[in-house]
Amino acid sequence: MKYWLALFLALQCAVFAYAGEATPLAEDPVVEQRMIAISEELRCLVCQNESLAASRADLAQDLRREVRELIKANKTNQEIRDYLVARYGDFVLYRPALKPLNYLLWFGPFLLLLGALVVLLRLVRRNQRSAAPAPLDPAQREKAQALLQDPGLHS
Amino acid sequence: MKKALIPLGIFIVLVVFLAIALTRDPREIPSPLIGKAAPLFSAPILHTPQQQFNSKDMLGKVWLLNTWASWCVACRQEHPILVEFAKTKTLPVIGLDYKDKDADGLKWLDRLGNPYDLSVVDRDGRIGIDFGVYGVPESFLIDKAGVIRYKQIGPITEEALRDKILPLVRELQK
Repeated sequence: MKYWLALFLALQCAVFAYAGEATPLAEDPVVEQRMIAISEELRCLVCQNESLAASRADLAQDLRREVRELIKANKTNQEIRDYLVARYGDFVLYRPALKPLNYLLWFGPFLLLLGALVVLLRLVRRNQRSAAPAPLDPAQREKAQALLQDPGLHS
Repeated sequence: MKKALIPLGIFIVLVVFLAIALTRDPREIPSPLIGKAAPLFSAPILHTPQQQFNSKDMLGKVWLLNTWASWCVACRQEHPILVEFAKTKTLPVIGLDYKDKDADGLKWLDRLGNPYDLSVVDRDGRIGIDFGVYGVPESFLIDKAGVIRYKQIGPITEEALRDKILPLVRELQK
């Protein structure tokens, strides 16, 4: 946590260096920590592989400001997430909600695994079946008996 | 023989999915606001900052909200198309000067032409956030009831105008 705070502050400094205006840094460390905890779970929409906490994009700074203000307005984490989802869609969530539209996303991998298991099971069964020797018909049995009892074979 | 075709079938399906994915732009994030009431806002007008524009005043009209900024490169590409389009007087076009300095915005319009009925200023980007703007330019087509019916992410192109926006405008204006 400490590490993230430090990183965040470092980023802020870097950003303000070119923004050219000094904004008070993290006046309330509690708000700041909650803001980071929330925004680590959110995607920055500009640089899509970065979290909102880590991104230096202009929009990410604005959204962090919004999150900070929502925290100060005593909103719960869920309310803050809902606020962003209402504007930017499920895409902002790194953990998409479990709802019908996302079922394939959540359960698709398990379906694939299940399919693979079914295929594996069938292959194993088929191999077992072909490995078992076919039963002898009466004529073959008689021939086998005759061969076994043939004294000439043992001498 | 038939069995041998199964992997080929799976491969073809995979290729088709990948090919479809290649034609899509990952930067285009579908807006959850389409089909919902446009956020209401009130903000100073760029040319007359002492006056406020209230988006409620647009109820009863089909209108286009176009976000732009003097610092935005893609807006330059879109601008001539908007200027031409504004001449047709098809519908009111309101600009949202997003995170810009007023003076820069005014200069930009002076130089490149002003297609907007009026522009409002969104100096800290708050209105933009309410509209889910994540990159300029973005445009919203809003119907008479104040519902967002279409969102253009990125510059409005001639094709988008002709094939998507204009047919929808005609339908909504009925």
